[in-house]
Amino acid sequence: MTSALDITQSVKPPRAVFVNFPLGHQTGPPDQPELQRRIVTDAMRAFETISTPATIVELPYVWSAQDRSWEEIDYTKGWMPARPSREAADALEAQRQAKFRRS
Amino acid sequence: MPVAYIPRTRDLYNDFTPYRWVENDSAPFTPLTKPVADCRIALISSGGIMFRDQPRFHREDASYRRIPLDARRDDLSVWHFGYPTGDAERDVNCVFPLERMRELAAAGVIGELVDPAFSFMGGIYSARKVRDELAPQIVDELKRAHADAFFLVPA
Repeated sequence: MTSALDITQSVKPPRAVFVNFPLGHQTGPPDQPELQRRIVTDAMRAFETISTPATIVELPYVWSAQDRSWEEIDYTKGWMPARPSREAADALEAQRQAKFRRS
Repeated sequence: MPVAYIPRTRDLYNDFTPYRWVENDSAPFTPLTKPVADCRIALISSGGIMFRDQPRFHREDASYRRIPLDARRDDLSVWHFGYPTGDAERDVNCVFPLERMRELAAAGVIGELVDPAFSFMGGIYSARKVRDELAPQIVDELKRAHADAFFLVPA
């Protein structure tokens, strides 16, 4: 699966399926199981249909027909949400682990 | 239009030496000898998926996590420095479609889903480390599990 066509063309995996979605959504938007299932099913079909090494199949799904602005900002400066400081992140992680630690 | 991520990587990290992406002239290729409906398929995500009670991934982390197929979505968490993980934290199927693959196995679209699935944090600077340290361990896992193919989902 890939959303980064140029990187995949450079690396050349045996088979790839490309969907033009923002990074972090290679198998679909959150809480849209029907669309996710179609993408994943298309990827499984590609195992059978691709017979030439390094083929990249492009899927027809569109992230948003009305708004293509994500293509301008994805993976550019300021696009990533601000991260907490290392100390704050470590404190959050300690809380998180305490909450979920299994016996 | 597909986004040109190689130049954007250069711009985003312009304080550093330009990243040298792996460039291959050809691809290894093993034809599938049976229908996908008869294959054992493994799910692998480089999106940085882990159990909530496991140590989180960190930068340059080349370890991987084994995620049993019966893992509950709410027990999973995400850590990756290279993409906004908010949507994947809300619904891990954005980059780790475990629930979807379970459905495809139940519906007979694929033969079986290999147990466990695997995840690592794909923002590893050194391609050598991935090729020589991480990938061989996962390949061993897949061979032991008699996987026919794997489905790699990046993030």
